[in-house]
Amino acid sequence: MDRLIDVENLTLQFRTDEGLITAVENVSFSLNRGEVMGLVGESGSGKSVTAKALMHLNASNAVYSPESRITLHTDSGTIDVLSLTRAADLKVVRGGAISMIFQEPMASFAPSISIGKQMVEQLQLHAEMSKAQAREISIEMLDRVGISDPSSRVDQYAFELSGGMRQRAMIAMALSTKPRLLIADEPTTALDVTIQAQVIDLMKELVDEFNMGIIFITHDLGVVAQTADKVSVMYLGRLIEEGPVREVIQDPRHPYTKGLLAALPRLDDLDAPLTPVPGDIPSPLERPRGCVFNTRCGDVVGDACSATVPLEEWIDPAHRVSCHIYAGQGAS
Amino acid sequence: MSDDVLISASGLSVGYRIGKGLFRHSVLKAVDNVSVHINRGSFFGLVGESGSGKTTLGRALLNAVPITAGSAIYDDGAVKYDLTAMSADELGDYRRRAQLIFQDPYAALSPRMTVRDIIAEPLEVMKITSSREETDERVREIAARCRLNLEHLRRFPHAFSGGQRQRISIARALVSRPQFIVADEAVAALDVSIQADVLNLLKQLQAEMGLTFMFISHDLSVVAHTCDHVAVMYLGRLVETAPTRQLFAAPRHPYTKALFSAIPSLNPDDRGRAQRLEGEIPSPTNQPSGCKFHTRCPHAIDRCRTEEPQLEVADGEHEVACHRWKDLFTA
Repeated sequence: MDRLIDVENLTLQFRTDEGLITAVENVSFSLNRGEVMGLVGESGSGKSVTAKALMHLNASNAVYSPESRITLHTDSGTIDVLSLTRAADLKVVRGGAISMIFQEPMASFAPSISIGKQMVEQLQLHAEMSKAQAREISIEMLDRVGISDPSSRVDQYAFELSGGMRQRAMIAMALSTKPRLLIADEPTTALDVTIQAQVIDLMKELVDEFNMGIIFITHDLGVVAQTADKVSVMYLGRLIEEGPVREVIQDPRHPYTKGLLAALPRLDDLDAPLTPVPGDIPSPLERPRGCVFNTRCGDVVGDACSATVPLEEWIDPAHRVSCHIYAGQGAS
Repeated sequence: MSDDVLISASGLSVGYRIGKGLFRHSVLKAVDNVSVHINRGSFFGLVGESGSGKTTLGRALLNAVPITAGSAIYDDGAVKYDLTAMSADELGDYRRRAQLIFQDPYAALSPRMTVRDIIAEPLEVMKITSSREETDERVREIAARCRLNLEHLRRFPHAFSGGQRQRISIARALVSRPQFIVADEAVAALDVSIQADVLNLLKQLQAEMGLTFMFISHDLSVVAHTCDHVAVMYLGRLVETAPTRQLFAAPRHPYTKALFSAIPSLNPDDRGRAQRLEGEIPSPTNQPSGCKFHTRCPHAIDRCRTEEPQLEVADGEHEVACHRWKDLFTA
């Protein structure tokens, strides 16, 4: 399979008045073309910050560790994303090779500029083409994502579209430059369940058609089960488990992943109690020593949990977990 | 009406005048001819897409929006009120007995007040307590029930996580010792683990304090786990209502069926199995004729386009408003 992106040892801190805050710590993963990765975790787990790092899009107070490396593979060679500084170079990545869609489509479109004008502007930024050509492509994309009467919709404003239509238009805009990687940050969370189902179907079709990679950030494990090939679970800035979607959901290994699933109301078992993970996610200013999850973990196996960071164990060739329970059980 | 019904609405409508002018205005019916009974001590779920009228119905039962037609009776054993004809004194008393929990615990709490003052405010505004000692006593009691300690009461909301803030909102809603609580998307903004914690707390409080909940949610899995009775709304109408298990085991209305089918299953092998609903909920200012769902219903026939179906009993407490439920889902 064609490799799309490699993230190695990504560590990212924010300089604040209260000191350096670690948002992402030593995260590594890869994604191939045509692959969908679900990125799950609670608020504050570092999902969105990780995704933004792929486009070098974090705020100016972000500090990347010297070991952090993000490599994007394109037809014209590889790009070391974190080394980019010039606006012209960053443009190739932002909105070019990588596009992002956000949770709230109303906030992502400028309210006083028509949808079409925004799409045309983005297309002309990324490719040599005339306004007429760009408009043509925009209408085609709107049609492709299932917006009826695209040649008149293209001149409408975001407020004139319903929530579902707006999110479709957002997807059309993100995909019009034919990115290799689409980052979708909670794209269906604000939508009704019937509209969510339509948007999920659409995204799956588009992955096949464009052979893109998708990183799907969500807190909804049901959405992950229906869309992703593999799942990465983050907690307090660390990637604590990753594996094929079926394995992670049906046979989770990390106590935190198990906790997330136990807290979920399941339709196939209405009598099952809802068991919350005890306690709250710690403040990033008070990151626990050792395993970041040890303060809430019900399966602490000894002093190691609060003393040393667990190594990553590959419990099978595609499934890795960082937890002292599995120490020595796989290939580190 | 039987003794154990707390709220009984019949033919309830809430309309808003839109547009200008004496003759040019039209009426938007957010809730249209809804009849519903909520039993004392029940956890009554209300589901539907945005724009279905769930929130408006909840507010109408709290007498927070004017009821434009129909009736709603509240009877908790101690008092009985007709919500459409209340004196100012009765309304004041009803505010104490019926309370609301909001969706967003970040927007619902004043950042300038301590948690103690936030929880105490309803007691002071409604003049329920007569001294500061009494107020403090009530605040401490309800805070403890909501798992907040004395230390928490001195702080400001910004120091709390989403789950803790929602527990503060709950304490504030319960401090006047209400009987009836409308929880409007009360867990929608929370992470799944915190959601489980808050749901467990609500169930526990309901049992301990004998509360009756109307639980408004778009999340059907949450409703399935917490509610004992569920009503499904579409474009201001009640299309189906039943005890939770009966509804989830055998939904009769094509809309309910489509809603259930759209819930993303945790089983990756279910991919592509779902039945998809086309289109979106129509605008309430331009409602379809006949059955409001016919524009999206895969089973619509001519009769559905002209004649509006009424709720009829399908099986015991299970009621459905569909011309075709008998031939569609009787198997």
